[in-house]
Amino acid sequence: MPAQTLPFHLTIGSRFENIELVQAVLSDALSAYDMDEESRHWVDLAVREAVANAIQHGNRLAPDKRVEIDLELSGRELVVRVRDQGEGFDPGSLIDPLAPENRLRPNGRGIFYMQKFMDEIDYDFQPGRGTEVTLRKRLGTGSEDPAGTAGSSEEGSR
Amino acid sequence: MRVNVRQREGVTILDLKGKITIGVGDVALRDAIHQALNAGAAKILVNLEDVSTIDSSGVGELVSAYTTVTNRSGKLKLLNLPPKVADILQITQLITVFDVFDDEEEALRGF
Repeated sequence: MPAQTLPFHLTIGSRFENIELVQAVLSDALSAYDMDEESRHWVDLAVREAVANAIQHGNRLAPDKRVEIDLELSGRELVVRVRDQGEGFDPGSLIDPLAPENRLRPNGRGIFYMQKFMDEIDYDFQPGRGTEVTLRKRLGTGSEDPAGTAGSSEEGSR
Repeated sequence: MRVNVRQREGVTILDLKGKITIGVGDVALRDAIHQALNAGAAKILVNLEDVSTIDSSGVGELVSAYTTVTNRSGKLKLLNLPPKVADILQITQLITVFDVFDDEEEALRGF
């Protein structure tokens, strides 16, 4: 079967097991593009976090709410958009997971993952109309060591 | 994710295999830790050698496991971090929180 090509659109129900479906489609699609296994792993992880956030914090696992995922190439850039149907959230309320007082918190690292593994992350939300997160990753930049880029965090509690 | 439990020299060793991710793997890890504690374990070694992916929920579960065991006056240590898992613990600055070993015998002596 030929690899899935970009762009594509996927709509899933708000269940964690559907994250595996997104991962399978994404992995298949990325295999056709100029991205090594190491980089694909980190993109997979960032998208996983975005979808998990949409399911858990956006749609609050409501079975009647959907998560929509769009992937496309814009020039040499992979663009992933994940939309939920939740109440929206305030990025200003996020906490810094690297702060000593937060280091042992069990949650609050999802957005931090996205920030570390992608080149750019943006949010678009309006109260009551869901959240759209856009993740961007430049292709063909070779394998990266995200641990080597660890520095001060933006904030992140989702 | 699959969890195999074995005992060596008074240490409960959890061999994890697969993904520690939200909804499945993180729950399996939580259950395994609680079962070990309920069985009286005070020394727990988590072997991550065959873990392919750990998401933020999985990291959170590792942190919860560490604090739960420590709060009960027990000890939890990590064994055989795959490079990608080590990267994650480095990025999250948790690498300094955990005692990490790459040799099981050495880890057992470390308790």
